[in-house]
Amino acid sequence: MKRRSILIAAPVAVAAMALAGCAGGGAPSGGDFAGTTLEIEATWSGAEQENFELVLGLFEEQTGATVNYTSFGDQGATTIGTQIEGGNPPDIAVVGQPALMQQLATDGNIVPLGDDALAAVEENFSQSWVDLATVDGDVYGVYFKAANKSTMWYNADIWDEAGASADAATDWDGFLEQLQLISDAGYSGISIGADVGWPLTDWFENVYLRTAGPEMYDQLTNHEIPWTDPSVTEALDVLATLWGTDLVEPGADQRTFGESVTEVFGADPKAGTVYEGDFVSGVIADDGNSTVGENALFFDFPSVNGSAGAVVGGGDVAVAFNDEAATQALMAFLASPEAAEQWVPNGGLTSPNNNVDTSLYPDDISRQIAEALTGAEAFRFDMSDLTPSAFGGTTGQGFWQIMIEFLQNPSDVAGAQEKLEAAAVSAYAG
Amino acid sequence: MTSVSVAPPVTAARRGGASHPSGAARKRRTFVVALAFLAPALVLLGALVVYPIVFTLIRSFQDNSGAFVGGTNYLEMFTNQSTFTAIRNNVIWVVVAPIVCTVLGLIFAVLMDRIKWQTAFKLIVFMPMAISMLAAGVIFRTMFQQDPELGVVNAAITATQDAVGGTSAFPSAKARPDSGIAATPDGAIATEDAVDVGDSAIFPLTGIRAGDLPASATQVEDPSSAGNDEITGAVFSDVIRGGGGTPGVIEDGKFGLPGVTVQALSDTGTVLASAVTDDTGRFTLSGLDPGSYTLSLPASNFTAGATGIDWLGPQLITPVVILSYVWIWAGFAMIMIASGLSAIDRSLLEAARMDGANEWNVFRRITAPLLMPVLVVVFVTLIINVLKIFDLVYVIPPGASKPDANVIAVEMWTVSFGGGNDQGLGSALAILLLVLVLPSMIINVRRFRQDKNR
Repeated sequence: MKRRSILIAAPVAVAAMALAGCAGGGAPSGGDFAGTTLEIEATWSGAEQENFELVLGLFEEQTGATVNYTSFGDQGATTIGTQIEGGNPPDIAVVGQPALMQQLATDGNIVPLGDDALAAVEENFSQSWVDLATVDGDVYGVYFKAANKSTMWYNADIWDEAGASADAATDWDGFLEQLQLISDAGYSGISIGADVGWPLTDWFENVYLRTAGPEMYDQLTNHEIPWTDPSVTEALDVLATLWGTDLVEPGADQRTFGESVTEVFGADPKAGTVYEGDFVSGVIADDGNSTVGENALFFDFPSVNGSAGAVVGGGDVAVAFNDEAATQALMAFLASPEAAEQWVPNGGLTSPNNNVDTSLYPDDISRQIAEALTGAEAFRFDMSDLTPSAFGGTTGQGFWQIMIEFLQNPSDVAGAQEKLEAAAVSAYAG
Repeated sequence: MTSVSVAPPVTAARRGGASHPSGAARKRRTFVVALAFLAPALVLLGALVVYPIVFTLIRSFQDNSGAFVGGTNYLEMFTNQSTFTAIRNNVIWVVVAPIVCTVLGLIFAVLMDRIKWQTAFKLIVFMPMAISMLAAGVIFRTMFQQDPELGVVNAAITATQDAVGGTSAFPSAKARPDSGIAATPDGAIATEDAVDVGDSAIFPLTGIRAGDLPASATQVEDPSSAGNDEITGAVFSDVIRGGGGTPGVIEDGKFGLPGVTVQALSDTGTVLASAVTDDTGRFTLSGLDPGSYTLSLPASNFTAGATGIDWLGPQLITPVVILSYVWIWAGFAMIMIASGLSAIDRSLLEAARMDGANEWNVFRRITAPLLMPVLVVVFVTLIINVLKIFDLVYVIPPGASKPDANVIAVEMWTVSFGGGNDQGLGSALAILLLVLVLPSMIINVRRFRQDKNR
């Protein structure tokens, strides 16, 4: 299986390298980088590291270059910052925070994509992903790995018992009707783990992206429109139609996210549904009482008022620190479907690359996640990851805390908006 | 910094040197030797204590990027709601925790002084000191979980309440909306309109899991026809396993609910007739005068088990965290006080008893005054300790009640490193903490000096 995909991939990549050779002018013929050593670093370790090294292995095989991979764990910003200060940055880093990419670009530490890499990105990625990798009009990055945070996970045993159907939950009203069926059957419709508040921000982002659209979403992210805007009112009103009912399992504000998954997929399930990103499948697998793909299934976050498919998520973007031919060739390679296809069959990678063969995904669930991601009309990065951390990333404060208060009292939409605006004003100023 | 502390002795030596040259030389040599011995400590103190304090003070006048902003941080500190809560909670902590710990420690120490096996008991009370604050926090958070299946405290409370109050078979049942029945404010489910004698009524209920139905429950059947002093009806779960069916209608796949009490009520709410449903969910109320009556399923059918107390909610969170602190530190107070107690001259107590003092008076007039120095040390140490309390407050409260449990040290960490990234404001909070701790430190140092001079 693996061997065959390499065989298929090789001619394509060789063609790409030949192109690179022509464009680069003085580059070694056939893109042969034998003797060149590249340093690349990313957050991945363990199984993810092995899989990524498999990807790099194909590049080494094709070009003769040596690629050294280092994992910086969760210390990306610190590690890269130190290396830059020490005058010894890596050739390529894969970072999880768009803000860090932006910072590196404005500080002039990373370089825009070369022609080949840019062509590869434009050929293989939707505009949303290209936009995300753009700083001041230049495309700097290649999104290699993505996360889909618009997945609604449900316990199929409970849904079947209640006669509810995921097919009927594609829009918000249908979704609420299905939750009512679950509730009639004696389970809570949905479990929310609002202990710290971040799952609630993801709820809001999904609804807002659907009710207000991607442009407004960007404006709100950059605080170009205030949180007291009517579009925010509309999104919170929609949330209140669920949060203000007894479809939500009681005790949400003291339940951790992990516990909310256990309430749905644990040994003694009490609720039928739980919302969060694709990583829920990992939590379910760790819990061990339900099986992802059998009784633990998901559907896309329902559309609101007929909105088109939209996905809120995250991603890891590769950025280059120099425009050496070998570095740029590796960037172009990372943008190619062949690179992602090295990792995809082993599981754990959702590729935002449109041209990756989705039949390679190891199971239906991961394929469904990837197809929802690449098929979405609009993709937006998790808003709370893009806002100043004092607003969107602090326990007990800002976005997180105010959403908890809104969950506790969903009738006070105006009050929540005022608090959000006040918190945003002070956070964006600082 | 070293030169500053050096200066006065040098001038002293010079002044002395004018009249007694040989003495001056000796003094200078002594001084150099003293300095040599002190140097390591001074360097360490300077690097680890003085420099951080000075730097924090400077930093507290800067914003998060390091630009000078004057007193803005201090202003924000006292106007910000979350800092205000933190300061208020710190006051509560300082007032409550040291007193409770010291008093409990005193009681334990004095009582255990009189029993056999006192070492064993002291060991048990002191044991929590051996547990890290973090682990203790995790233990308390788990113990006080609201869900009785997780939190042992609520498990005990609900078990007691359930033993007294009892539970019912269908605690989660709800009335099917728009089917002629509705929940009443007192928790019962009643018909919306009165039912005529000779007629029948149905109670379609939802919210009962198929797996929770009593084993005896069978397919619901249409109510039997009512006699002229009867009202008949059926109570059933209005959900077909696997979905389908029409809400509010008796049909195949729906189960009767056995053992449900049904009452016929007069206009004033008096119970005129009562019946219990059979396995098919049917009931017959008989012996009724002609007329129409409201039928009610009283709340006793739906009593939910006790749900326990919301310990970790905003209202009770600070008492719970303080309790965990007392659990840990009462042992410390006890050991300190017990050692003070063992140093007391027993003959004084004996003399008082010989003079006819009862035990309370012996304690009040003899033991307590003699223990006072130890009590003050324990008390002041605890105040300092409580002022900078962090770990328990960081670990125990669930996210939703974190703001209500906030204390200065946690607020300082949150704004500096926990996502706020405003180390200027954090430094201002650290300085506030320092200022608050200083008086107790000074008192403690004074006491040490007095003890030395005595």
